[in-house]
Amino acid sequence: MTTATIASGASAPQFYTTEEHHPENGTLLGFWLYLMSDCLIFAVLFACYGVLGRSYAAGPSGKDLFDLGLVALNTAFLLLSSITYGFAMLEMAKNRKGSTLFWLGVTGLFGAAFLCVEIYEFAHLIHEGATPQRSAFLSSFFTLVGTHGLHVTFGMIWLITLMVQVTRRGLIPENRRRLACLSMFWHFLDVIWIGVFTFVYLMGTL
Amino acid sequence: MSSAPPAAHGHDAAGHGHDAHHDHDEHGASHGTFGGYLAGFLLSILLTAIPFWLIMGDVFRSPTTAAIVVLVFAAIQIVVHMVYFLHMNSKSESGWTMLALIFTVVVVVITLAGSFWVMHHLNANMMPMAPHDDTMPMSPEGMRQMR
Repeated sequence: MTTATIASGASAPQFYTTEEHHPENGTLLGFWLYLMSDCLIFAVLFACYGVLGRSYAAGPSGKDLFDLGLVALNTAFLLLSSITYGFAMLEMAKNRKGSTLFWLGVTGLFGAAFLCVEIYEFAHLIHEGATPQRSAFLSSFFTLVGTHGLHVTFGMIWLITLMVQVTRRGLIPENRRRLACLSMFWHFLDVIWIGVFTFVYLMGTL
Repeated sequence: MSSAPPAAHGHDAAGHGHDAHHDHDEHGASHGTFGGYLAGFLLSILLTAIPFWLIMGDVFRSPTTAAIVVLVFAAIQIVVHMVYFLHMNSKSESGWTMLALIFTVVVVVITLAGSFWVMHHLNANMMPMAPHDDTMPMSPEGMRQMR
């Protein structure tokens, strides 16, 4: 088996395939399919929150807990990080490594700011006794918003990894592909956040 | 069995030439333009600020109206993000991304609408169980009217 492989590798026969090319950017299509499946996870969590979101068990309601000013700040952070990532992609298309890294860094800072505000909010809620164990409303709230926050956290890890990659290897085709995937992931998280701030925070304070 | 490795090798080589080729295509196509990003950003700010103002300023007296208006704004903003930031169109990947999106939207709508429909009726048809303070099994609307 091994010898056969080496032997055939050494002779290196040419194979001409007549089959159709793969659709261009198979990775990006695959990643899009992953995002769509992620979308289904969030759909289920939204459905869960929609069903349980008014079951307060005599505990605090969204009206008592949510600070819309903080949510508006968080929304601004995420929106700004979306446009700065867009700028990074534009700089990448122009093959400018330095400014790509700069805009990726700015995106990372806005992402970090978002996470800090969210952690502060969660800590504040838990400090006030509004823990996930308190009521079905709070369980589903923490699950939905926490899952989004977890996605942002992993997006941050990915972003830092790619910044290191780009610094060390430059804007090679592999890194361009990875940056394009992270771009979709990052903008997708912003889309999910639209659902979160509308359905959970704005409608929760009605 | 022994023919598999060279086949994979040949394929790999073909894949390489391929990559270099459509890396070139990638440039103009999928990254959007500065104007596109800016337009998406400005629209997003508008579509975010208005619902926040509507709720924080208590513009609508009826919570149902407010909820519907806010949801409409969210739906528009999601479309804006899809078009300007995710560069969604019917041509990318020869339509497969759009097809996947349409399929997902159908499943999401069935999941959400189905859950709310079933659980609402389950709640509405439930007998009041114990004289708990305000945990009467009622619909969200009923709960809101009681408070």
